[in-house]
Amino acid sequence: MPIIHAEGLSKTYRVADKQPGLAGTLRHFLRRRYRDVAAVREVSFAIEPGEIVGFLGPNGAGKTTTMKMLSGLIHPSAGRLEVAGFLPQRRQPDFLRSITLVMGQKQQLIWDLPPLDSLRVNAAVYGIDDTEARRRIDELADMLELGEELTRPVRKLSLGQRMKAELLAALLHRPAVLFLDEPSLGLDVNAQARVRSFLADYNRRYGATVLLTSHYLADITALCPRVLLIHQGGLFHDGSLRELSDRLVPCRQVRLELREPLPAAAFASYGELESCDGRDVRLLIRRDRLTGSVARLLAELEVNDLEVSDPPIEELIGRLFHQGAVP
Amino acid sequence: MSSGRLRLARVLLGSQVATMIEYRAEIALWALSGVLPFIMLGLWSQVEGSTGAAGGVDGGAGIGLDRLQLARYFLSAFVVRQFTIAWVVFAFEEDSLQGRLSPYLLQPLPPLWRYVAAHLAEQATRAPFVAAIAALFFLLQPWALWLPTPQRAGAALLATILAFTMNFLLQSCIACLCFWSERASALERLLSIPLLFLSGLVAPLETFPPGVRAAAQWTPFPWMIHFPAQLLAGGSVSLAQGFAAMAAWIAVLLPLCLGLWRLGVRRYSAMGA
Repeated sequence: MPIIHAEGLSKTYRVADKQPGLAGTLRHFLRRRYRDVAAVREVSFAIEPGEIVGFLGPNGAGKTTTMKMLSGLIHPSAGRLEVAGFLPQRRQPDFLRSITLVMGQKQQLIWDLPPLDSLRVNAAVYGIDDTEARRRIDELADMLELGEELTRPVRKLSLGQRMKAELLAALLHRPAVLFLDEPSLGLDVNAQARVRSFLADYNRRYGATVLLTSHYLADITALCPRVLLIHQGGLFHDGSLRELSDRLVPCRQVRLELREPLPAAAFASYGELESCDGRDVRLLIRRDRLTGSVARLLAELEVNDLEVSDPPIEELIGRLFHQGAVP
Repeated sequence: MSSGRLRLARVLLGSQVATMIEYRAEIALWALSGVLPFIMLGLWSQVEGSTGAAGGVDGGAGIGLDRLQLARYFLSAFVVRQFTIAWVVFAFEEDSLQGRLSPYLLQPLPPLWRYVAAHLAEQATRAPFVAAIAALFFLLQPWALWLPTPQRAGAALLATILAFTMNFLLQSCIACLCFWSERASALERLLSIPLLFLSGLVAPLETFPPGVRAAAQWTPFPWMIHFPAQLLAGGSVSLAQGFAAMAAWIAVLLPLCLGLWRLGVRRYSAMGA
């Protein structure tokens, strides 16, 4: 039975429409005009307990709005929603105890005090006794490699240390469902890797369900066997990254190392030329023509080395977002 | 109260006191900035001196209060003001604009309790500075020293707690307007004018013309400063009328605040967070 179930989920915002300049300001003051913006349109999906699902989409696609509806912060305009057996928008205490929402750009830790003070408050808010709270803090701190940082004022911590402390605070009550909105935003590569391995570890240890948005596709590829791709408010893809890759570009990438450099025009008949840098060439070739094209390349050109791979998912999704249209 | 709630109150207060201690210098300056009653004491003493019997300790009744009564009243007004100040509208507005409200709404604790704890913690941090200023006052004006009777002190304490409750609820109602307007604090600034003049901070209500005084008593302001201050100073006040007025205002403001909060959160949820 799914722990998260969304059916026809939609959210429309009414926003004021104001033209620039003094005339626009006066018109806006005297006769305000509004327009409806559909942030999320009829999105449906179900997530089983223990799954880690990546939530992808360009800025403004509706990811955060969906996360906020799932966590109960905002009401859906239409559709049905159930999380951990609750209607999120009612924000019942038992529901709030079973979820957490981490937003990379927002913080819940008390800025002037060490994280331990915020953790003590959270333990009291969630009714976790002192002994159990201490045990959980030790366990999570160990998983996150946090030590003396917990006794240093939050304002003195680095961004990475702060994010790890935020995660600890958000998970102290051991929620069954984690909504993580850009938890690794702004972190360096090492800190991102640490957060990733922590999330994988946490999911394995507690069987928590995770819905994760990240602009770093390394987070998604490392953690999420399944991704939801939201685009212009609608759900574009629900499946594996590989399926997404096939769907976005039904091509394979062929890397060639030639014996001698050739002009770009020489590759036109084999596929789409991605790059041609001296003797190193990258081509995109449709899968249905891959065998024939590779055979021709080897027969017709002087090739030192040849490698067939999937194009990087970052490039495919980036291209989709950049084009602003789906195939 | 269950042990879990007691522990929550203790931990919440503890963390807020620790935060306020980080800002002790700022809080000391806030306490110092509340010396308006002493300035008014200086002015009213001059008036009393010119209309009364040459400014003696017990001379003159031109403004209805002698110099001793004025000194004790304005010191009491200072102390009461220090422990009834509410700034929830500013804190809430900032939390709302900075997006800190969202994490609060996702915890099984109504966010208003955090602000209550923050205010109580701030008062606890402010107390030593208030005591120091009061001690300095008595050092400079030893003739004004007095000790209220235990009954008066108890009644004044209760009235101060109720006055803080009124002020906190009034400001919380305005804070809830942040759900509709990004700058609800502007309204609070508007309220500061009647608070200043009708509460008794600038002048004891006894100095008001009878009509103005009667009209002021229909507003919440005199009960926030004048009534508890007169209780502490040993002035003549009607206990029954004062506590009944405070209870009535709390009975109006509490449901209004809760209603506005519920409506506001519903709007916040509907319009986006």
